[in-house]
Amino acid sequence: MNLSRRAMLSTSAALASSVAFPELSFAQEQPRRGGVMTVHFATEQRILNPSLQASTGVYIVGGKIQEPLVDLDAAGNPAPCLAESWESSADGKTITFKLRQGVTWHDGKPFTSADVQFTAMEMWKKILNYGTALQLFLEAVDTPDPHTAVFRYARPMPMNLILRAMPDLGYVSARHIYEGSDIRQNPANTAPMGTGPFRFVQYERGQFIIAERNPNYWRNNLPYLDRVVWRVVGDRSAAAAQMEAGQILFSPYSALAIADFQRLGRDPRFDVTTKGNEGNARTNTLEFNFRNPVLADIRVRRAIAHALDVPFFIENFLGDFAKKGTGPIPSVSTDYYPGPDTPQYAFDRRRANALLDEAGHRRGAGGVRFTLRLHPAPWGEDIALWSTFIQQSLQEVGIRVEVVRLDAAGFLRTVYNDWNFDLATGWHQYRNDPAVSTTVWYRSGQPKGAPWTNQWGWTDAQTDQIIDAAQTELDPAKRKALYGDFVRRVNDQIPLWMPIEQIFVSVFNRRLRNYANNPRWASSSWHDLWLAS
Amino acid sequence: MRVFALAGRRLAASLPTLLIILVGVFLLLQLAPGDTVDALMAQMGGGGDAQVAADLRAFYGLDLSVPAQLGNYLWRLVRLDLGFSSIYGKPVATVILERLPATLLLMASALSFAFFFGLVLGVLAARRVNGWPDTLISTLGLVFYATPSFWFGLMAIVLFAVHLEWLPAGGFEEIGAGYTGLRRVLDIATHLVLPTLTLGLIFLAIYLRIMRASMLEVLNLDFVRTARAKGLDETRVVVKHVLRNAMLPMVTLVGLQAGTMLGGSVVVESVFSLPGLGRLAYESVVQRDLNTLLGIVFVSALLVITVNFIVDLLYARLDPRIGAGG
Repeated sequence: MNLSRRAMLSTSAALASSVAFPELSFAQEQPRRGGVMTVHFATEQRILNPSLQASTGVYIVGGKIQEPLVDLDAAGNPAPCLAESWESSADGKTITFKLRQGVTWHDGKPFTSADVQFTAMEMWKKILNYGTALQLFLEAVDTPDPHTAVFRYARPMPMNLILRAMPDLGYVSARHIYEGSDIRQNPANTAPMGTGPFRFVQYERGQFIIAERNPNYWRNNLPYLDRVVWRVVGDRSAAAAQMEAGQILFSPYSALAIADFQRLGRDPRFDVTTKGNEGNARTNTLEFNFRNPVLADIRVRRAIAHALDVPFFIENFLGDFAKKGTGPIPSVSTDYYPGPDTPQYAFDRRRANALLDEAGHRRGAGGVRFTLRLHPAPWGEDIALWSTFIQQSLQEVGIRVEVVRLDAAGFLRTVYNDWNFDLATGWHQYRNDPAVSTTVWYRSGQPKGAPWTNQWGWTDAQTDQIIDAAQTELDPAKRKALYGDFVRRVNDQIPLWMPIEQIFVSVFNRRLRNYANNPRWASSSWHDLWLAS
Repeated sequence: MRVFALAGRRLAASLPTLLIILVGVFLLLQLAPGDTVDALMAQMGGGGDAQVAADLRAFYGLDLSVPAQLGNYLWRLVRLDLGFSSIYGKPVATVILERLPATLLLMASALSFAFFFGLVLGVLAARRVNGWPDTLISTLGLVFYATPSFWFGLMAIVLFAVHLEWLPAGGFEEIGAGYTGLRRVLDIATHLVLPTLTLGLIFLAIYLRIMRASMLEVLNLDFVRTARAKGLDETRVVVKHVLRNAMLPMVTLVGLQAGTMLGGSVVVESVFSLPGLGRLAYESVVQRDLNTLLGIVFVSALLVITVNFIVDLLYARLDPRIGAGG
């Protein structure tokens, strides 16, 4: 790509191509080559290979080094990456990906369909979280030629589902690195090798990770940056100070304190925004344990929902980066959001009291009807605030709440494996299609101990039936309608409640250019990112 | 030879303590709900397969009973094998060895800083007791002692790194700069200035109080009066006669606190993003990485034993009346 010529392109041409080539959207400014991008890395991971672990902490590093078959474009639509095109058979059981030619791994070996076949069968299907469920009915990947991978499924796989899932669950690893080894113990897990714009250089635990420009990247003349450095900073206030000192240029995924977001947001040197995180929506949950007969009563669950003044909480504690939620499918999901006209529970203390009286829970000594334990998840300042808010709000309607705070391992074990809780609250992460990580919170028959799934002891035949039908429905319109039914049903039955919708907050140094130009930017490859002088 | 015999005896006497500590920590961590696979699941953020989790538990030996796990651990320890870290995917000995230099460096510099300035300020305060230097020094000491170290650290970063831009805000050295030799030493030194001050100030406060009290006590003893009667000037009296005797309580305290500091300082290491043992230990607890945690306890205990041994030798040197065998 000739840069000076590109800069002279007429405005209209640049506009016309900006959808296909998002890197052109800042075309009025000449991209500068070189520079080092420094990133806040808050929680160190055990591995960095996104073919083996689907989590934001892995994508923030591995997503620059390895690439998925399909990515998202600026508008949030599936866009070619390692796969150039795709098509589905009429029965939805065969999906063919045409792979990009002339792509090489960082060690110089060519990228072929054998890599896709190996990654899909050995990693996505067997190890990758969410991948194991998505690829449950994947029978084989055929490789008729080095640039064609044919996925064969035992049951129909909706094209929309696989394309929405691939940007997160479609990262490819090199067969020649992993074949014949113990995949879990492979040294490439912490020194990843891929086809992406940056090559892994060094990982010093507890300190930093370095990756450098891949000179043989398939997008010619990209990336602009020389290096990416991830700095391990566990302390949130220290990370904010390093942003201010210019040691860190980007802090992803709401990793700073809420007060610091507000403070840095007023500073002209920084952009504090949810932009670029639209693909990473989450909702705050309130989970009920149905093994407690008090909570198995739908009137009590509805009363608890009516007792919480959600808009007040959002306005006073979370600020601009949160809004009232309307159910498990957040409003940013343009494909599946059913609108706000589903059963809702507005703040109404009188109604809450009436429902509790009706359920037979009269106020006893000190005005207390009954006592519940609430387990808040230990991640996120908002969860801690929300749990205190629940405790104080429910006291007003005569429910005494004991907050039990545990660390991550303790929380997961106690709530999802031992079922030793009454109420729990944490985050539900929405991953662009409800079938990826949302319906598992409601579908019965989840294996005991699987976190963030239906461990409530709640079974509803109607919900199960809708979920199963939508899972294999190939017609996008029908699928959307089914998910509307799903939201209406679970909002009515309220086995768990999702009253707050949030998008992760990023803090950018304004010297960065081309940042946040796709809905999963923090996870994406940063091939067009550059740094103004 | 006597020194080696003493060292051997000390080590043998410490072995039961070491065993009790290790078994205690092991059992204590069993009381915490959840294991390292739960911690991994939390990192993955859901979608984990039940079979994958079961395989992992078998891989880490977590499917065995608690006594069997403890027995396995102790048997490995006898063969000087600290085991395998589940979060780092390498041998625990390697993981600890990587973190040890930063911890030792920070500890040594903070302790020397606190020791030196504690001594000087303590002596100054004692010589002008109840005068304005004494009041000033004692008040400052109280302020340092009462201020939480994380706040001190953060304020130091805000002032010296963010506003004045004199020093780096965190980290152990300039990342990827590839410095060698003296340039690298200087680079690490500039990165350690703020953490050393933050960690050292609290200890400095303690040392100056101890030194002041100790000096005041020794200054009133008979041999000091004799020295003055001989016609020695005040500086000679203080340096040659008082200081050496007044140092004993300081040395005791340094010996005790060196042990605490060797475990690393979670707060200072977190605030300044330093790769030390404290953060490693914290991470191991949160991630339920039993092998790593026990390894840190083991290594720290060994270091404490060593430091105490050196302190014993120092006693004998400072005060010949205390025999090294005593």
